[in-house]
Amino acid sequence: MSAIAATFRELRRKNEGALIAYVMAGDPAPKHTVKIVDALVAGGADIVELGIPFSDPIADGPTLQRAAVRALEAGTTPRKVFDVARAVKSAHDVPLVVMTYYNIVHQMGVEAFCSAAEQSGVNGVIAPDLPVEEAALYKEAATRYGLDTIFLAAPSTSEARLEKLLNASSGFLYLVSANGVTGARETVQDESIAFIKQTASIIRGRAPLAVGFGLSQPSHVRQVIDNGANAAIVGSRFAEIVEQNLDDSDKMLKMLRQCAHALKRSTRLSGAMEVTD
Amino acid sequence: MDYSDYPVKGKYGRYGGSFVPETLVAALSELEMAYARLRGDKEFQQRLSVYLSTFAGRPTPLYYAENLSQKLGGARIYLKREDLAHGGAHKINNTLGQALLAKHMGKTRVIAETGAGQHGVAAAIACAALGLRCEVYMGTEDVERQKLNVFRMELLNATVHPVELGSKTLKDAINEALRDWTANVHTTYYLIGSVVGPHPYPMIVRDFQSVIGREIREQMTRQVGRLPDALVACVGGGSNAIGTFYPFLDDDVAMHGVEAAGAGLATAKHAASLCAGSEGVFHGMLTYLLQDTDGQVQATHSISAGLDYPGVGPEHAFLKHEKRVLFSAVTDTEALEAFLELSRTEGILPALESAHAVAHAVELAPTLDQDDVIVVTLSGRGDKDVDVVGRYVGANI
Repeated sequence: MSAIAATFRELRRKNEGALIAYVMAGDPAPKHTVKIVDALVAGGADIVELGIPFSDPIADGPTLQRAAVRALEAGTTPRKVFDVARAVKSAHDVPLVVMTYYNIVHQMGVEAFCSAAEQSGVNGVIAPDLPVEEAALYKEAATRYGLDTIFLAAPSTSEARLEKLLNASSGFLYLVSANGVTGARETVQDESIAFIKQTASIIRGRAPLAVGFGLSQPSHVRQVIDNGANAAIVGSRFAEIVEQNLDDSDKMLKMLRQCAHALKRSTRLSGAMEVTD
Repeated sequence: MDYSDYPVKGKYGRYGGSFVPETLVAALSELEMAYARLRGDKEFQQRLSVYLSTFAGRPTPLYYAENLSQKLGGARIYLKREDLAHGGAHKINNTLGQALLAKHMGKTRVIAETGAGQHGVAAAIACAALGLRCEVYMGTEDVERQKLNVFRMELLNATVHPVELGSKTLKDAINEALRDWTANVHTTYYLIGSVVGPHPYPMIVRDFQSVIGREIREQMTRQVGRLPDALVACVGGGSNAIGTFYPFLDDDVAMHGVEAAGAGLATAKHAASLCAGSEGVFHGMLTYLLQDTDGQVQATHSISAGLDYPGVGPEHAFLKHEKRVLFSAVTDTEALEAFLELSRTEGILPALESAHAVAHAVELAPTLDQDDVIVVTLSGRGDKDVDVVGRYVGANI
């Protein structure tokens, strides 16, 4: 069983959802990333996603675009992100996923990328612009290196296609909560809740469902978990905290820990199960 | 299999494809189905052809550039005068086609990206004509450099959204248009400006631009009595070039695609993705790219804004791989000299983009027989570029 699957099993036993914390590696500089992950894990993050910055992130909103620009300007390369991953894994037992656009994987070579990921202790990969139809070689290599391959499903995804995505995914299935790009939103839309419920009823526990894009507050996390998600992915909110505290790293780390803590608290179902159907 | 049979399953050989976030997958397949229906629909094609002739001014002439040909003393050079199409460039062929497609799909809002503003203006023209709302993304760097085109778009009732992020140029405008489309996929049609992006866009834009090559075929047959020996066109994203080449891909006609060498291919300041780039995935396609060793897409440079793009249409990548089209690159200085040459000898100011093709033809013509015929596609007119040329010649304007 993969580390990610084991984490979900353990959380289910405790009647908890997972908090997946996304961090743009190298923002504001590579040396900060390990401390940022420390703070998020201390706050309660169950799984950490490290973003490898790309020059043209078409699935990201302004917050993560700026984070990528800061990371690239600080000289962050894919190799440096794998170094960060290794440092994170030596300090924490937390499952680690890398997320990046496919050109980064393509340029390094699928084989070399998967090998570097495995050697640095990474447990899974997300490539949001790699469609499942193009993913055969990648899937094969990742599997060989023991990496989970996480695909994204969107509200516009047909049921037939959802099955395909499910078959190609391991670790968890990533639900894009709403049409659009990443970035904190005020509320979780009704359509997002309907999408989560509907997907949960089709998937029926065959894979953990992690909901991302737009979640920023504890109430959002509560809502998606209450409606059938197994995990909430939060990223832009953390990047905002980093951005607002570039010159005060102690404050940045403290706020990240507190933010993660509040979000994590909302994943604990306790009585919440009763309100779901 | 013939070259003209591509794409197969969205691919040109190994190039092309559809590398997009999941949210766009359904939208692209909706577009593909709608286009498949309309491609063979007589009424749709008839309607488009009426717009092309009565609104856009097609067919554009095929002109024998006798002065230039005699001066060079080689092959006869013919110019395909896309500069005479409405809007001053070939861009209108594509925007009318896609705007009509958007209308048939029931979309009320059209978004587009633009670099220098040529495609933005052409999109605004087509949307105004067809009664569609038009919003154009443009990098702030370009907004600053091309204020007149921004105003033109506004006169045509389009809204221009400045893009502050990244390099603040064309590639970032495309990124932002893709993001907008992801968020508003139900109501919005993305009218892309070249043969780039995810499938089916490179095919759709090629089909609409192929009117250029089809007309060349008819005009050559009528005016010269045979097909040309060589075709020359400039390549940024590559839409005027593929439009010129496509109807001849399976014939015995040589083809030359000309990229922007900027300050020279040995420098970092150029935009020649096919001549000096490497394979990568960008803007939804597997193609040739200007990128660093990590896969980060690089800033580009060309004196002609329309060629200033770090990628290229996947069909060109395929035709390069197959050695069906020869690609070369022309520097800023060579393009400027060709601009001056054509202006003086033929009385035609070519767009600086098209001047790259002219520069290559000037090199090519003397190496061929006097019986040979070269057709150069003049993709646009040069009025927009006179200030740049003025700076080059030191004129005080």
